[in-house]
Amino acid sequence: MSYKAAIMVVLYILFAPLAGGLLEGADRKISARMQGRIGPPLLQPFYDVRKLMNKQVIAVSVLQTSMLLCYLVLMVFTGAIFFAGNDILMCLFVLSTASTFMYFAAVVTSSPYNTIASSRELIQIMTYEPAVLLAGIGFYLVAGTFSVAKIANSDIVMLTRMPGLFASFVLILLIKMRKSPFDVSTSHHAHQELVMGVKTEMGAQNLAIFTITEWYETSILMGIVGLFVVTSNPLSYVGAILLCAAVYFFLIIADNACARVKWTQMLQITWLFTLFASGVNLLILMLIK
Amino acid sequence: MGKVKKSPWVLHYDGSSCNGCDIEVLACLTPVYDAERFGIINTGDPLQADIFLITGGINTQNKAVVQQLYDQMPRPKVVVAVGTCACTGGIFKECYNILGGADTTIPVDIYVPGCAARPQAIIDGLIQAIELFQKRSNKHDAIERRHKEEEGRKAHDKVSGE
Repeated sequence: MSYKAAIMVVLYILFAPLAGGLLEGADRKISARMQGRIGPPLLQPFYDVRKLMNKQVIAVSVLQTSMLLCYLVLMVFTGAIFFAGNDILMCLFVLSTASTFMYFAAVVTSSPYNTIASSRELIQIMTYEPAVLLAGIGFYLVAGTFSVAKIANSDIVMLTRMPGLFASFVLILLIKMRKSPFDVSTSHHAHQELVMGVKTEMGAQNLAIFTITEWYETSILMGIVGLFVVTSNPLSYVGAILLCAAVYFFLIIADNACARVKWTQMLQITWLFTLFASGVNLLILMLIK
Repeated sequence: MGKVKKSPWVLHYDGSSCNGCDIEVLACLTPVYDAERFGIINTGDPLQADIFLITGGINTQNKAVVQQLYDQMPRPKVVVAVGTCACTGGIFKECYNILGGADTTIPVDIYVPGCAARPQAIIDGLIQAIELFQKRSNKHDAIERRHKEEEGRKAHDKVSGE
C-alpha cells in the first residue's frame, strides 16, 4: 500500500462516520422542512448515538453484539479497500459479506418481528446485488481495470459511458439506505407493521454500533457515486461532491414522496429496471468500443 | 457522562383511553407543535425508548402489558401519565374492570392532567420528563462508575491477597 493510500484509509476511518452522521442529520432536517416542520438540530444523530451509549445494556441474545461488531469491522474494511484504491469488485463482495452479518445480527434474536424482517433483509440483498455487481463490471468495461485508483485516474467521465448503470445504482441506493418505497426490512421511523424491523431487538450500545456502521456504509456508497464522475482532473472532485449531494437529495425526495411497496413489487421494479437500463448499457459498452 | 436530554425517545402506549389523548399525543408531532425539534422520536420499540408515555387507565387486561413494557425499557427511564384517566382513572374510575391510573401498576413521575390533555400541556410534561431523564442518567452513570470502581478494587485485593 502506498503512502497516499494509507493516508486516505486513515482519513476514511476517522471522518466517514462524521460525514455519514451529518448527512443523516441533514436528511432529517430537510425531510422535516418538506413536511412543514422545523425539525431536529443538524447534529441530532450524534446526540442520539451519545445517549444510546449511556443506556443500560439489555442483551436479548449474547451473539447479537459480536455479529454487529463483525458488521462494523467488515464495513470499515470495505471502505478501506475502496478508499485505498484497490479492487472495486473485492470491495463490493466484502460489502455483501457485511450485509450478511447484519442479517445474522437480526436473526439470532429469534423474535417474530426480527424473523420476518431478516428474511426481508435477505430479499433486499438479493434485489440490489445484480445492480451493484453490474456497476462493477461496467467500470471494468469502460476503464479496462477493476482498480479504484486507476478508474479514478482515467480521463473518461464514467457517467457519460454508463448512464444506465448509474441509474440502476441510484435506484438500489433507495434499498441500501433504507428509504421508501423500498424500506421493507426496516425504516428510520417506528410504528410500522414490523415495529423497527431488523432493529427491533437492538437497544443501547448495539443500536449505536448499528447506526455508526450505517454511517460508514453511507460514506462508501457516496464514494461509489462519486467514482462515476471522478477523473484525473482535480476539478472533477467538485463535480463528484455535487453529484453526491444531488443523488442524496433525490433519495430524500423519494423517501418523502413514496409509500412503501410490497417486497414482490420491489423485486419486480428493481430487477426489471436493472435488466433494461444496466443490460442495454452493458451491451452497448461491449459492442461499441 | 453525557448530555442525554437532547435525545429523548418516547414510547406511547394507549391503556384504556377513549383515544382523545392519543390524538393529542399525535398532534404534538404535527407541523404546528413539532416535538421532533427537541429530538423527540415517537418510537414503537420499548428497547429503544427513554420516556414511557401512557394514556388511559389501567384495566385488568392491560396491567401485565404495561408492566412488561416498563420492564423492557432500559434504565434510565421516565414515566409520563397523560390525561385524567392515566392520572387517576378519570371517568372510568368506578368501572368494574378499571384498576385506576397508571400509578397502580408502574411508578409514574410526571402527571399531565386534562380531558383530553392539550398538546401544549403534553409537550410541557415531556420537557419536565426530559429534565428528569437527564438527572436520572447522571445518577445512573455515577452508580455504574462506583460499581466499576468497586469491582476494580475487589480484583486488586484478590491479586494482592494471594
